[in-house]
Parts: sequence; structure tokens; C-alpha cells
Amino acid sequence: MTAAIEDSPTKVGAVPSFTVTMRVMRYLPSDEGGETVAHWDDFQVKVHGTDRVLDALHMIKWEQDGSLTFRRSCAHGVCGSDAMRINGRNRLACKTLLKDLDITKPITVEPIKGLPVVKDLVVDMEPFFASYREIMPFLVTTGHEPTKERLQSAEQRARFDDTTKCILCASCTSSCPVFWTDGQYFGPAAIVNAHRFIFDSRDEGGAQRLEILNDKEGVWRCRTTFNCTEACPRGIEVTKAIQEVKRAMITRAF
Amino acid sequence: MTTIADPKAPRPPRARPSRLTTRGNTELYGWVFMRASGVILLVLIFGHLFVNLVAGEGVKAIDFGFVAGKWASPLWQVWDLLMLWLAMIHGTNGVRTIINDYASRDGLRLALKGLLYFAFLVVVVLGTLVIFTFDPCPTDAPLDLLPSFCTA
Repeated sequence: MTAAIEDSPTKVGAVPSFTVTMRVMRYLPSDEGGETVAHWDDFQVKVHGTDRVLDALHMIKWEQDGSLTFRRSCAHGVCGSDAMRINGRNRLACKTLLKDLDITKPITVEPIKGLPVVKDLVVDMEPFFASYREIMPFLVTTGHEPTKERLQSAEQRARFDDTTKCILCASCTSSCPVFWTDGQYFGPAAIVNAHRFIFDSRDEGGAQRLEILNDKEGVWRCRTTFNCTEACPRGIEVTKAIQEVKRAMITRAF
Repeated sequence: MTTIADPKAPRPPRARPSRLTTRGNTELYGWVFMRASGVILLVLIFGHLFVNLVAGEGVKAIDFGFVAGKWASPLWQVWDLLMLWLAMIHGTNGVRTIINDYASRDGLRLALKGLLYFAFLVVVVLGTLVIFTFDPCPTDAPLDLLPSFCTA
């Protein structure tokens, strides 16, 4: 048996390696409060076919320029810390394989748009989370606390299953051209998380959340450009969720 | 290292939740109106184009007399009035949302919207006036300015 395996013509090939140019947007606020201008820095990195953009950024930070600043936590596409604009599209650096990008050209990495840049690829997420908090992302109920779990059927759970997948990485909100204008729009992520509770059969705060989103800066600013759906690293049908919230408001109003 | 203008200059965080709330059904009604008026306008505009350009003698029939004849009938008065109002409100609301989406400076937004609403008022008032007060043969006008069918 062992011999058969050794004689096998199929050999595990070495993981191919190649060199890529990473073109990273750098921004360093000055201590004196003077004007600072963002600029591009190019880095050459030798990477393997199994490496992701995050690995390339690590190599730069650990081996070439320790001042490169970016966020990452779990590095496996769950924590939502490393959303950035890679080759002009919002993606998670930890879920984007370098071999899937065009490595003949420099790979551009920028901070996500529409939020204040703190340093390099790190943005201030506070405006984003402020909108999130505003839609009350928690269970709202009335009456006495039940003595057992709040039960719900599989169908009732399936109604909002898609929007439970959100990891709050801000890829969708920072890909939205309406959000770029003045940052006042609630943004797709807040609406997705409102959707998660509005359509939850156990929740009783739906009317209140619809009221909050029935705002000049609420769902009606959505232009259905589908940037958010395209950007979502979790594959949530964001635009569909927003449309469902709109429909709930219209059926409530008429 | 190429230096580029900072495209993502830090902005002060928005003043929430202390900011004035802008909740209300206005945007909802606006959204519904755009859809409803869009459907009605499809019928009105293509009906208008068909009657003017295709039906009867076709495009050759259009002249001062043709328009005067149409506005003599209450059906076309109402048709054109509806078309004018719906198209103007629909278009103005559309441009208003575009201004909201693209003009981020308060002053610029205010100026553009002021201009827009002014244009809306002028067109709607003038158009409505023309539809209802249109008289192809005013009695006190000099004869040489009147179309031929007035004297006939």
C-alpha cells in the first residue's frame, strides 16, 4: 500500500511564488496640526499563491516598513476589522487572495471611503457605529420576561437569516456614493441591522425602527446602485434588505 | 512616491444624536409619487406623441391651427395640464434628489435648490396660464398678426 502511494505519478507541487507590487495609500497626520497630504507608497513583496492581501501587508509591516498602519484582528473574515479598498473595490484584506488579482499591475490598497482617515489604512469608524446604535440593534420586547426561550419557527427564523450575517466591517456603507456625499445617510449597514430585528418575530420594536429609518437621511436616500451588495464580503443581499424595509414602511403608511 | 491631493480628508464626526431629527413621511410620499407619476407620464407622453406625430395626417398636421384646435377641447386641456404638472413635479423632485446627493456644501445646495424651485414656478405658472387662457383669435388684435383661419 505504501509503495503504491510512493509510485503515484501525481506529485504535490510546490506552491508557486511571485513578486507583487503593493501600492498603499499612506496618510500621517502631523503633530503640529499642519496640512498633511496622502500619498502612495510602493512595496515589492515576494508572496505565495496561497497568500492574501493581508499577508502582503504583514510582510511590508514586519519586514520593510514598520510604520504601515492597518487594522486586523481575527484575520479570517469574521471580525470585520480589515475592510479596505483593494484595486478600487471594498473588500476584506484577509479574504482576498493575491493570485485572484491582476498581479502584472501594482495592487492598490486604500482606506475605505467616506470615513475620516486616522492613519494610513485606519479610519474613524465612529460615524458608522453612531448610525448603527441609532437603529437600536438589540431585542425590544414588552411585558414580563418569559421563563423559557422565546421560540420561533424555522420559517420565522429564515425571514431575516440573510441579515444576521453582518460583521459590521463597513464595506457596504463606505462603498455607497450617497454616504460619500456628506456622511449623513444612515448607510446600508445600519439598515441591514435594522432589517435583522424588524423582521424578527420575537422583536416588538419594529415600528419604532421603521420610524427611525423613515428619515430624510434614512432608507429613502437609497438609489439602489447595488454597490453595497457587491461590496459585502458576507454575500448579504444588502440592497434587497433595504428594499424590504422600504416596502414595510409603505405598507405601514397606506 | 507620488503625492496626490488628499481624497479622504478627515471630517468632523456628525453631531448625533443631538442633531435635529428629520423624520417624517415627506420622503416616503416623494418616493411613492415618483413611481406613480412615472407610470402615468408614460401613458400621457406616449399618447401625446402618438396623437401629434402619428395619428391622422401625421407630423405634417402640426401647426398653430393644430395646437389651437387641440386646446379648444377640454380633454386636451386636462391632458396637457396633467402632463405639465406631473412632469414638472416629477422632474423637479428628481433634480432635487440629485442636488442632495452631489452638492455637499450647504450654501451651494441652497442656491441650486432655490434656482430649481424658481424655474419650476415659472414654467408651471406660465404653462397653466397658457393652457387655460389660450385664445387663437383675440378680438382686439391687429388683423395682420392673426392666423388665416380667424378671419375665415
